[in-house]
Amino acid sequence: MTTTTARLTASFDDAPLTLVRRRWPLGLALLLLVAFVALPLLGDDYWLNAILIPFLVLSLAGLGLNLLTGYTGQTSVGAAGFMAVGAFATYGLLLRVPGIPLPLALVGGGLIAAFLGMLFGIPSARIKGFYLMVTTLAAQFFIEWVFAKFPWFYNYASSGTISAPRLELFGYSLASPVGRYLLTLSCVVLLTWVAVNLVRSQTGRNWMAIRDMDTAAAVIGIPVDRYKRLAFAVSSFYLGIAGALWAFAYLGTASAGSFDINRSFQILFIIIIGGMGSIAGNFVGAAFISLMPIFLNHAGQWLFGGNVDAGQLQNLQKILFGTLIIVFLIKEPEGLVRLVGNLRDRLRTWPLRF
Amino acid sequence: MTLNATLKHSATALALALGLYSALPQPALAAATEQFFPLATYRVGAYASSGIPVWAGMIDYLRYINEVEGGINGVKLVWQECETEWTAEKGIECYERFKHGLEGAPVAVYQPNGAPAAYALGDKAAADRIPLITLGYGRTEATDGSVFPYNFPAMLTFYSEASAFINYVAEREGGLDKLKGKKIATVYHDSAYGRETQAPLRLLAEKYGFENIQIPVADPGNEQASQWRQVRQLKPDWVFLRTWGVSTPVAIKTAARFGYPVDHIIGDIWASSNEDVLPAGEMGKGYLALTPYPGGASFDIHQRIKQHILDQGKSDLKDPKSFGSVYYNSGLVNAAIAVEAIRAGQKKFGNRPLNGEEGRWGLEHLNLDDARLKEIGFLGLMQPLKLSCDDHEGGGAAKVQQWDGKQWNLITDWVQADRQTLRPLIDAKSAEYAKEKGVQARKCAVEQ
Repeated sequence: MTTTTARLTASFDDAPLTLVRRRWPLGLALLLLVAFVALPLLGDDYWLNAILIPFLVLSLAGLGLNLLTGYTGQTSVGAAGFMAVGAFATYGLLLRVPGIPLPLALVGGGLIAAFLGMLFGIPSARIKGFYLMVTTLAAQFFIEWVFAKFPWFYNYASSGTISAPRLELFGYSLASPVGRYLLTLSCVVLLTWVAVNLVRSQTGRNWMAIRDMDTAAAVIGIPVDRYKRLAFAVSSFYLGIAGALWAFAYLGTASAGSFDINRSFQILFIIIIGGMGSIAGNFVGAAFISLMPIFLNHAGQWLFGGNVDAGQLQNLQKILFGTLIIVFLIKEPEGLVRLVGNLRDRLRTWPLRF
Repeated sequence: MTLNATLKHSATALALALGLYSALPQPALAAATEQFFPLATYRVGAYASSGIPVWAGMIDYLRYINEVEGGINGVKLVWQECETEWTAEKGIECYERFKHGLEGAPVAVYQPNGAPAAYALGDKAAADRIPLITLGYGRTEATDGSVFPYNFPAMLTFYSEASAFINYVAEREGGLDKLKGKKIATVYHDSAYGRETQAPLRLLAEKYGFENIQIPVADPGNEQASQWRQVRQLKPDWVFLRTWGVSTPVAIKTAARFGYPVDHIIGDIWASSNEDVLPAGEMGKGYLALTPYPGGASFDIHQRIKQHILDQGKSDLKDPKSFGSVYYNSGLVNAAIAVEAIRAGQKKFGNRPLNGEEGRWGLEHLNLDDARLKEIGFLGLMQPLKLSCDDHEGGGAAKVQQWDGKQWNLITDWVQADRQTLRPLIDAKSAEYAKEKGVQARKCAVEQ
């Protein structure tokens, strides 16, 4: 038998599997360099305060929700509720624990949000889909109500708002736009890195198994309930930190109303439009949701400012934005990140078809 | 073939668009010799219907100043709008867009026009040295200008509003001593805004001995049967209605249904517009409301604006019926305060456009007495207002108006709040804020 076997070509003999050594990701390094060095040097207050910081925070919130909804398949409309927990918990820690450094307060706020998320994730053991969504809706309203009702949470301020305490890190003030931007960026980069590795790990694979079919996942021995609760906890941790950054690095103030159901929907839209089950999708989605209206506004002002009735112009922008969402979702239901991927594949062979 | 057709279509469309665009009159550009007046508006979103007449009032007044008076002492105003949708995020975006002025024309004062944006901008504006004017909303404790140098909750804070309400009730009951044993209920929107009057009312209840009943209405408040059933059981002598949006007409209708006399309900600033009572129809007849900018088109300024702006077809008002509505008038008053603050600043810095710091000096030296109000045509529409470093609120009075089914009729002159009694509360709050944020209070006595 062996004598008759045709010899394989040498290369196949040597390497039955093509192993590609991973190169140092040059593009990523460049991106980080731009984000950490170039933007703080070049960006003015408008870019940092009004565009980059909210974009980064919303990306982080999208990432948090994507871990739960995109990777584990548990739909949630309570994202903003957990953001509120993070914001109010961080505020409480900074206010009431003397001498606590900012990073520790942020982590503490995240952990408190994670604990609450796990608590509200318990029903996921028994209920699924739309019914689970209703429990997260309950969480959203419950949390919002708690932070409006009990003045202890906002330190008895007459207006029910919390405002950023001194933002300091090792004695350096982070109150300037550049400081707040770097704080946000560091948090986002660190947490994105963790998330990328998390979804590649055993935990992430278990989550995806549960998302794809939880019965099958249980059959192959994955403790489904535990991993669902873990997903709720990790997701809420991310959302909690995003909430704290939203309140202190971006707005500078927050009340229960800053984290209402509309914020939850906004974050849900970010992951739906950006791409479920994708890390990069959160950034693309957040860019679309937060930056597109600003772009349209500038474009409208530049083209028609002063000529067309201001109210009509605003409504026109809304219509255009809505239309764009519909067009993109029809064109690519898997989100913008898929659209970008397709475009990249096309460009690789352009102008040929294959 | 198809490609060709598509190309052709696109080219035609582009040509058409360009042609149309070049045919439009180009907007006037700003110059460094002009004063920039940023307008943070909300023309879309949930509160658009109340916003639109406000911007009309503001723009009409600015236009009047420019075209009839030739600007503020010759300095022309230039304005641009930015949509905030009444949110904090868009409010910040607009502020950051506008804070450096427009093509060289500087910003002297900024009006965030919305509570969430006002709170979010508090620290940022202080860092950028641009004064914020929040008329009828915003931080009450910012009255203390030594801790909040760039925040001006001018004219009427919620604390003063509560006090003016109690003083009006006392007037109706025949004196402050008659308040003892009376039952006064506050039906409030259960939000930060609604809860803001709890502290002053508690203090005033202790002082005058009336029973202070607080009844919350959950947002949005389109069902209030249980609240008004409670009102009927408790039989309060007066009801202070601190609702807003849809919850106001619902409250009036539900009160009528439960047999509570509408003429003993007194609405607050945000429950005092035409839009609040019109949906209640006949049931709204007799409803009372407190307001720092009463409705009506018979003030002197209205005649001037009618003659020079409205009748010339230059008004921003879509619906001429809104001329003189409460919201339109609030736009006039808002714009007038900003214009007068710039005028006050020009006395020190010369007749030129002012920056934020100079605008603040103007605000802190604003003194609108009756004579000046008569001159600018606002006598009766606007209360005398004197601001200083120590007092960023000034005034502290409101008028009471009554709805007759068609329009508001003023039934009082300015009802003054007892600001001395409330000031310790405000000082305590601002001291707490200063401690929390590590703010070094400035010495007002030295600066004046």
